[in-house]
Amino acid sequence: MDKFKTYETAWCPGCGNFSILNSLKTALEELGIEPNKVLMVGGIGQAAKTPQYLNANSFCGLHGRALPAAVAAKIANEELTVIVNSGDGDSYGEGGNHFIHNIRRNVNIAHFVHDNQIYGLTKGQASPTSGEGFITGVQTDGNLNTPLNPVLLAIASGAGFVARGFSGDSKQLVSIMKEAILYPGYAFVDILQPCITFNKVNTFAYYKNMAAPLEDDYDPTNRLEAIRMSMEVSEKIPTGILYREDRLDFHRKNGILNDGTPLIKRETQDQVLKDLIGSFI
Amino acid sequence: MYNILIGGAAGQGIDTTVSILEKLLKHSGYYIYTTRDFMSRVRGGHNFSLLRFGTEVITSHSYCLDGIIALNEETIDIHKHELKEQGFILCDSSFDYPDTDLRVLKLPMNKIAKELGNGKASASVAVGAVLKLFGEPFTYIEEVMADVMKKEILEVNLNAAKAGYAAVEAKFNHLEGGYKDYMLISGSEALGLGAVAGGLKFYSAYPMSPSTAVLEYLASVGHKAGIVVEQAEDEIAAVNMALGASFAGARAMTGTSGGGFCLKVEALGFSGIAEIPLVAVDVQRPGPATGLPTRTEQSDLKFVISASQGEFPRLVIALRNQEDAFYQTFRALNLAEKYQIPVILLSDQYLGDSTACVKPFDISGLKQVSHAKEAQGEYLRYRITEDGISPRLIPGLTDHIVAADSDEHDERGWITESAEVRIQMVDKRMRKLKGLIEELSEPEFMGVEHCETLLLGWGSAYGPIKEAVSLLNKNGKGSYGALVFGDIYPLPQEKLKFYAKGRTLINVEQNATGQLASLIREQTGIECHKSILKYDGRQISGEEITKIVLEGGSR
Repeated sequence: MDKFKTYETAWCPGCGNFSILNSLKTALEELGIEPNKVLMVGGIGQAAKTPQYLNANSFCGLHGRALPAAVAAKIANEELTVIVNSGDGDSYGEGGNHFIHNIRRNVNIAHFVHDNQIYGLTKGQASPTSGEGFITGVQTDGNLNTPLNPVLLAIASGAGFVARGFSGDSKQLVSIMKEAILYPGYAFVDILQPCITFNKVNTFAYYKNMAAPLEDDYDPTNRLEAIRMSMEVSEKIPTGILYREDRLDFHRKNGILNDGTPLIKRETQDQVLKDLIGSFI
Repeated sequence: MYNILIGGAAGQGIDTTVSILEKLLKHSGYYIYTTRDFMSRVRGGHNFSLLRFGTEVITSHSYCLDGIIALNEETIDIHKHELKEQGFILCDSSFDYPDTDLRVLKLPMNKIAKELGNGKASASVAVGAVLKLFGEPFTYIEEVMADVMKKEILEVNLNAAKAGYAAVEAKFNHLEGGYKDYMLISGSEALGLGAVAGGLKFYSAYPMSPSTAVLEYLASVGHKAGIVVEQAEDEIAAVNMALGASFAGARAMTGTSGGGFCLKVEALGFSGIAEIPLVAVDVQRPGPATGLPTRTEQSDLKFVISASQGEFPRLVIALRNQEDAFYQTFRALNLAEKYQIPVILLSDQYLGDSTACVKPFDISGLKQVSHAKEAQGEYLRYRITEDGISPRLIPGLTDHIVAADSDEHDERGWITESAEVRIQMVDKRMRKLKGLIEELSEPEFMGVEHCETLLLGWGSAYGPIKEAVSLLNKNGKGSYGALVFGDIYPLPQEKLKFYAKGRTLINVEQNATGQLASLIREQTGIECHKSILKYDGRQISGEEITKIVLEGGSR
């Protein structure tokens, strides 16, 4: 065990990131994926440092831009297991446009968003998921913006795999992560996570009280029911796989990639080039 | 050499008409040089193409016209002063243009087309008439029309052309040229084809004029060449996708025009610090902001050589003509791979949309450099090396773990804030410039070796400058030469320092501030004495440059 190793991190002791990282390592171990076949991608933020803290290929890119790089790496080599770990600011704020459009693109990657409803790296400003009235050093009158509901947005935008996890429920999180990694398409998981340093509202105790695993008889293939369930956030916050639908992923839809040969293993024949040159004569 | 203008409103079929004519004329042996001038609209306005053809190599457009094919009346009003005395104006009989101008040649084009059952075929009447006017046979037209037209409308257009052919008498003599077996290709197509030759596997872009032609060409050959062409949600996604694909081992390129390039700037620096090979194309148009979307300018030079915060090595290559676009794009992909740097290709609307005859590209000498160095002992992605180039393995194709980081990082690719490592890493990256500078291509010299006046230019001004030097030397007053840069940053200096001595220097640029002159002054202390600058969005021609130089003036 511990193929994915343990490293010193720059996270605060008690941060929810630790249990998310451990759940991820467990999920990868249990799936039997080799570290050199995994590509971890992050943008910028505390969560986005995750790729630095496990033994796997890593791509720590620009703020908000993890998804474009991740999907293109997968397009280049579908033999890689590509996983994005990044925060709510990176995924929904700076990278919001990529979030919507990569749902549409449906490349076979897993996207794990560490959602602590606050900006940690920049020391405590409102994030797209911060609650209304949330007071910070910038939102001095309280957050005036309506919080984004990421799982609702994902289902509405046509995502085929939408789940919500909680960093405090490792057992469920490992199971969700494994399903997400195995799902043949874009799999999105919003992970509730306390920020013990800056978020004094959405604390561990708050999430522990609010997080409610979906019932065993919940049917994740019913889109309308999934939308209804996603909208429930005031009494309890449902966790688990909210929506699941089989859809053709990017590689299967793409006329060049759908034969299964990774793009990087294709050679362009000289004859093709000669024909193309000839087409201009 | 002949020069005709085909003008009309957007949507009247100017593009198709020109494309048929240039193919037919090339087939009969002529060298072709066609430029396209159009407005940023889908219908209406005034668009035109200049089709210049002859039996020698042509490098510039010209406004001395032998003929005007006017699909609307406005075309005649705007361009009649450019028409030679013995030229012709071909237009519809219904046009309100006075018959007292003996150059006018009215044909019932619209009537013929309507009688044939398709009003839109009137431009094909003009095609037939032009062929006859220039003494061309009516033999190859069916093949060419079938190539650019839908099957349903082919017959009616052929009949329209036949009617036009019958309606006029030959006016010019057919000249025998040797270019039948040459390629006829636009700058953007040549750029795309160069990328195919360079092993491109992934191209991502957001549509933006005038760079869309590259996107469209690559999309059209994607299946054949095994290239994934992805339309990104925005330019930021486009460049970050290219970086992700490149990291994973696919040769990747992204293309746009000025405004889109602005959005890609942060990622350019990411390519620099993370040492991920990237080719970024900027097909320039007049800025700033939206500027003149469908027109031409060379005003992004100083922007792209300094784009992105921080310092990192980069290469900027300005494409000079269609042939250069092919070979330099191939080379750009190789150099990006070899030095693990961003390479920026500067094209522009003039070059991108112009078609010219080119000797068929020779791929026998083109060899792709390998993308990775073998790891010895512990694999360190950012190993400190003498030449600054570290071993780049491809994730998943090796047992080693491969890292890329936009933060400053140590040799393993892990984030660090160590002052010592920072210095080592900056120095390592910048050391790559030494090798890069050694393989820069010097600017091309043309003209009289011991000239008195030296023109300096870059990129697509190459052709017009070449024609100007030739015209100026024929004129007999003074002697002229020119240096035209392709590789432009880092600035190659050897020939420049050699030729600049004791000569009157005139920079010729399609911008308002003389960006090349400024770069030369900054890098070498050499000052240009005069400058010819054009920034109205319309490409300067060889004849215009000649006129301004002879008038002794700067502009």
